[in-house]
Amino acid sequence: MSDVKNILLVGVGGQGIILASKILSEGLISAGYDVKMSEVHGMAQRGGSVTTQVRFGKKVYSPIIGKGQADIIVSFEKMESLRWMEYLKVGGKVVVNDYEIPSAPILAGSVKYPQNIIETLKEKADTTVFKAADIAKELGNIKTMNVVMVGALVKAMGLDEVNWENVVRENVKESLADINIEALKKGMEQVK
Amino acid sequence: MKKFMTGNEAMARGAFEAGVTFASAYPGTPSTEILENIGPYKEHIYAEWAPNEKVALEVAIGASIAGARSVAAMKHVGVNVAADPLFTYAYTGVNGGLVLISADDPGMHSSQNEQDNRYYAKFSKVAMIEPSDSQESKDFMKIALELSEQYDTPVLFRVTTRICHSKGLVEMGEREEVGIRPYSKNIPKFVATPANGRVLHVKVEERLRQLEEFSNKTDLNRIEWNSKKVGIVTAGVAYQYAKEVFGEDASYLKLGFTYPLPMDKIREFASQVETLYVIEELEPYMEEQIKAAGIACIGKDLIPRIGELNPDIIAKAILGVERETLSVSEASVVGRPPTMCAGCPHRGFFYQISKKKNVMISGDIGCYTLGSAEPLSAMDTCICMGASISAGHGAQKAFEFNGVDKKVVGVIGDSTFFHSGVTSLMDIVYNKGTAVTVILDNRITGMTGHQENPGTGYTLQGDKTHAINIPLLCEAVGVKKENIFVINPLDLDACNKAIDTALKATEPTVIVTEWPCVLKKFTPEDIERFGNKKVICRVDEEKCKSCRICTKTGCPAIAFDTKAVINEDMCAGCEVCLQACPFKAIEKVGE
Repeated sequence: MSDVKNILLVGVGGQGIILASKILSEGLISAGYDVKMSEVHGMAQRGGSVTTQVRFGKKVYSPIIGKGQADIIVSFEKMESLRWMEYLKVGGKVVVNDYEIPSAPILAGSVKYPQNIIETLKEKADTTVFKAADIAKELGNIKTMNVVMVGALVKAMGLDEVNWENVVRENVKESLADINIEALKKGMEQVK
Repeated sequence: MKKFMTGNEAMARGAFEAGVTFASAYPGTPSTEILENIGPYKEHIYAEWAPNEKVALEVAIGASIAGARSVAAMKHVGVNVAADPLFTYAYTGVNGGLVLISADDPGMHSSQNEQDNRYYAKFSKVAMIEPSDSQESKDFMKIALELSEQYDTPVLFRVTTRICHSKGLVEMGEREEVGIRPYSKNIPKFVATPANGRVLHVKVEERLRQLEEFSNKTDLNRIEWNSKKVGIVTAGVAYQYAKEVFGEDASYLKLGFTYPLPMDKIREFASQVETLYVIEELEPYMEEQIKAAGIACIGKDLIPRIGELNPDIIAKAILGVERETLSVSEASVVGRPPTMCAGCPHRGFFYQISKKKNVMISGDIGCYTLGSAEPLSAMDTCICMGASISAGHGAQKAFEFNGVDKKVVGVIGDSTFFHSGVTSLMDIVYNKGTAVTVILDNRITGMTGHQENPGTGYTLQGDKTHAINIPLLCEAVGVKKENIFVINPLDLDACNKAIDTALKATEPTVIVTEWPCVLKKFTPEDIERFGNKKVICRVDEEKCKSCRICTKTGCPAIAFDTKAVINEDMCAGCEVCLQACPFKAIEKVGE
């Protein structure tokens, strides 16, 4: 089972993580991998912490990723990357959107948004940080933030055998295809 | 051709390929998308949302009696609601095949309990099938419908969250048109009187004997031989977890047909392995029966019965191994519980009622259960669909009868009111109750992701239909017109006035709040009625006195540093904070 790769996408309900995972999965399938993906619906989606899990390889059994097993964590929100850190493989990578969504206890003023997250991440893992929300806004649609993240992810994972532009085109509304492809490219540029 | 599908999509596809012509459901996570994905097969399958799970199963039973292959889908707790027809249809048997899909939620991702519905198969004496991935979710659906007809039994198709909401590759098949079986009147079979029931029960026991024979023979229950040191009996998604952990180092008896269990096959398998483990999620459903048959095995002594299972738990429990992890101090991460969305129409109402003293708020199942979260904390109880009104009525009567001065308010959503709140309201009227009923009508079934319901004016398959008028329905039940207050929940003064009036009332009183869910795609009727304004709110820093009152609304778009700040990307312009601010420091922009 050692050839199976594990990608954990984490963020906050409403950030478009499910679509991002769908694009990712469809791309991996087009490259001939067996893929399983697990997502969260219902109560957990209402502004709560959400994850989707994508596993690919020659043959995948479990649809979920265990602790210490993720090859990469793609975090759509800064604090969420810390929350899921124990799922990262020792030596794994983190791609993080430098974007804060304060949770209810923070908004209520009882606690502060944690400081020095990026520093903590960098101590523990190979970390790429950028502001996907700003990039998406510059492109003219904040909602393309998820596709910016996909771009960074596929570059960080070295998944070059897939024509990601085609995959994006097939999985978003036709009228939004061009802007999303731009978002994908911008995301790829963030990873050196 | 292969497609990447969730278990829910695959079950829908399976129903299509199996020649199903009738499907019904009440939405509930994790089952909702099954019917949503059957809906588009409009040419081949009639599909509907029923007002509750009991009705959903009953209409499917009616279609089955008429001769159509039929499917009803619901979440685990929904089967509790549908248990009455299930237990009797188990006796009568079917005409067209009938499959009841029970989608269980181990780990309670979006549920109030984690009951294990495999016991329903044993309890009601119907056959049970459990797929372990998306491909099986499709393939087994067809087998389930065929078995239903062959053995004259409803089939419980039991899935869990990780089957429903995990995607895998599925090989597509063609639809097989099976048509409708002929209907003929058959009183001894379909009229469940005591006299007929006694005869039918004998047949049910004989049917179970035949089904156990089938269970021992079928490839749905298959052995994968590897090392014989360890043998594992498993089913459902637990099979995938076991394979993940043991790979080729164990032999597997992988069960897809799990009631009745193939006890001969299990005994044979057990006799050939050194140690037999039963790996199952939640309760020791299989283990109990295997042990009762006198077969030694290890299960819940090692594997917890609480919560969702995963490969790590199995590896640690049986092999004693754990993967190395990176540690991050837990103190550095702040919790992120689900909250009502920015712009949620429920917020205004909950903000106002949260300020009332000496009120017990009897809650219900839906997005508005989040009214219980801080800082609103505006809920005392939440039991099950419809209980807000009835449990509230009971509490109010108990308080009054025993001389306790406390007012009770039942809070329920539109879809939940249609589901089972309306009968509870009848109880209040009939028994002269004084508990206040609040129906939060957001014009859609919200929590499960926007399904139509009897109040929205549209059907599952997109046809326009009559929209039940909630105030008129309350009036028809017997609530006096002058005691029904229809308000906009985003208008704080209106909420306050209605709540105060209702709290003083000595007769059955209903407040109906009407505003569409902020995430809803407005219908033309919604736009006509509620408009389509696009504004957002902004804090005037000069005027903000840092009193933090706006943050007491619990809106996720409002943050506070030294002054309040509204996140413009999230703000939906509901204006609740604007009204709550005592210093008029919040203004509308973009009008």
